[in-house]
Amino acid sequence: MHFAFADDQKMLRDTVREVLQRECPPEVVRAAWEGRPEGVRAVWDTLAETGVIGMTASEDVGGMGMSELDLVLPLEEAGYAALPGPIVDTVAVGIPLIEAAGTDAQKERWLSPAAAGEARIVVSFEDQMIVPYAASADVLIAERGGAGYCVPISEVSTQPEQSVDRTRELGRVSFEHSAQYRMREDVDTQALFALGRERAALATAAQLLGLSGRMLDMAVQYAKDREQFGKPIGAQQAIKHRLANALIQQEFARPMVYRAAWAVATVSRDAEVDVSLAKIYAGQAAKFVAKEALQVHGAIGYTIECDLHMWMKRAWALAAAHGDAAHHRERIGRHIL
Amino acid sequence: MDLDFSDSENVFREECRSWLEANVPLESLPSGDTRDGYALHLEWEHKLFDAGWAAVSWPRQYGGREATLFEWLIFEEEYYRANAPSRVTQNGIFLLAPTLFEFGTDEQKERILRPMARGDVSWGQAWSEPNAGSDLASLKSTARRVDGGWRLSGQKTWSTRAAFCDMAYGLFRTDTEQARHRGLTYFMFPLHAEGATVRGVDRLDGDEGFAEIFLEDVFVPDKDIIGEVNQGWKVAMATTSSERGLSLRSPGRFMATASRLIELYHRYRDRSDPILRDQVIQAWMDAQVYRWFTFQTVTRMMQGESIGPDSSMNKVFWSEMDVRMHETALSIIGDALELDEGSDSAVDAGSWMKGFQFALAGPIYAGTNEIQRNIIAERVLGLPRK
Repeated sequence: MHFAFADDQKMLRDTVREVLQRECPPEVVRAAWEGRPEGVRAVWDTLAETGVIGMTASEDVGGMGMSELDLVLPLEEAGYAALPGPIVDTVAVGIPLIEAAGTDAQKERWLSPAAAGEARIVVSFEDQMIVPYAASADVLIAERGGAGYCVPISEVSTQPEQSVDRTRELGRVSFEHSAQYRMREDVDTQALFALGRERAALATAAQLLGLSGRMLDMAVQYAKDREQFGKPIGAQQAIKHRLANALIQQEFARPMVYRAAWAVATVSRDAEVDVSLAKIYAGQAAKFVAKEALQVHGAIGYTIECDLHMWMKRAWALAAAHGDAAHHRERIGRHIL
Repeated sequence: MDLDFSDSENVFREECRSWLEANVPLESLPSGDTRDGYALHLEWEHKLFDAGWAAVSWPRQYGGREATLFEWLIFEEEYYRANAPSRVTQNGIFLLAPTLFEFGTDEQKERILRPMARGDVSWGQAWSEPNAGSDLASLKSTARRVDGGWRLSGQKTWSTRAAFCDMAYGLFRTDTEQARHRGLTYFMFPLHAEGATVRGVDRLDGDEGFAEIFLEDVFVPDKDIIGEVNQGWKVAMATTSSERGLSLRSPGRFMATASRLIELYHRYRDRSDPILRDQVIQAWMDAQVYRWFTFQTVTRMMQGESIGPDSSMNKVFWSEMDVRMHETALSIIGDALELDEGSDSAVDAGSWMKGFQFALAGPIYAGTNEIQRNIIAERVLGLPRK
């Protein structure tokens, strides 16, 4: 038993944090909110140069052949920065799915560009018609009627939908289920997409962990800076206890997210239970921290001039994405009761 | 990262399990917080010690097995899984012993540890005073210098099981010129000596689990001071952080509670509603979360990091989880919850109501959860003290 990351995993996390601090400050997220996503695209290119976008791709297509355990800390950092874009769909789910279920032609066309950051992948699971970042992606991987499809975005009809998080660029996708887009049929498509769902839930939980970490940092900083009655509001016990509760939720979600990453990476028995625990606790923590951070900020937090709202709205969306707490609690209930 | 137990850890678990299965009494002992129950629990402690299980992580010379922290957690998981008797020696083994290992002299360790672990000499803690609870540094009991030692005077209270103990440990003011946490010294002192009076106090659940200690010029030799004179606060803080952190609240306890709760739920499921079902699932999940949080913490400790104020998060989490679990159990039991131990019709011999009342102490003792939240806010998050 040894529950700690290796030095190279922590170094990669630090690298990603530095890149995002430099290139994805709140102004860049805000610009994406206001329909100017150029800054965010530039961040994607930098992340690709550092190898993060191609992390999960095999080395022969220019990737690093890394696992969920290597990926979980960089994804936490993406959440900390509220980086918009299909990083979960492309890196955690899409590239491994194309590697496992893509035809030779599909692999040839998409893997190297995806690993190099030139092609962005979005994923639509069965019954998930609304897909974030669909319109600006390059290729859609879809699960329909038990079959897998790999469809260039130019062949997908994308009806825009409005997210509470304006950077999510939601689109309702549809396409012709024709044979030319089919992925390999000689593989266990159902199992591969089921694994994709686990990866999506895990990667989303990692982002949620980062989101709540940033919201807590914002609230703590505000509580130290903002003075009322002649002293910082953070000196008041009522504020201290709110923030202490927020930290407890955050810090108890953390090991579950890391545990789930290890379980998926090592194909551990009952890994889906660990993924559900990760998603539940990370989602609950992010929603709780959001609420406490808003209360600590007071009226300024209730405006869209304050950066907090961008993190808060992402947290609300992601806590429900890829299975909300009720869905995952039910999976655990079936396992233990 | 490797979240599987190693082969040697699995072998250790098997060894624990088979000894416990062969030795844990089939009939539960009466509460260890009563006079008769305490004596029976001490017999069990002798047995544990003689087989080398009383303090697995201690050096062999004091009766331990030099187990790693993870092996200790494995032992605890197996201990609670086997429903073995509660540890009446815990105030010595888990609170005083870590202090002795860190600050004690070789003579003290040699003299005190083995009888403590075997239950031959039993120890109570004596921190709180009537007017010094959360604000421990305001304590007023004094120690006066005399030939060859000190004379202790004052009053201590809420001393767990002290009514049945031989010895106690606590802080006394040795320099009355100095205020608050300066001028305090850490003493070990006898409870049956001239000048010492111990009066049992019945707790919420009716057991005589608490005691008040009245001291009038009780003599203590110099050799029963731990650490330096007037440095007691620093020494004591080492003990309190182990009290609120890992020592007493190994995850095995809550995993065992969650398992029993699931079993209870299955027995009564025909009258259970979906909200109760969710609460039972929540209890199991919380126990898992606490387990992995603890494993993460223990890994840090094994790498030589000190845990410090992080232990306050641990304390708030387990104590509030324990209350929720018992509330869920009582909801499942329904109106029969009022049938107390001693009632023939009580569900599980009234153990859930008993456990509920015990759990309610968790957010209060070892530093109230309000104090813990202050510590988290000030020392982890860095918010201003005032």
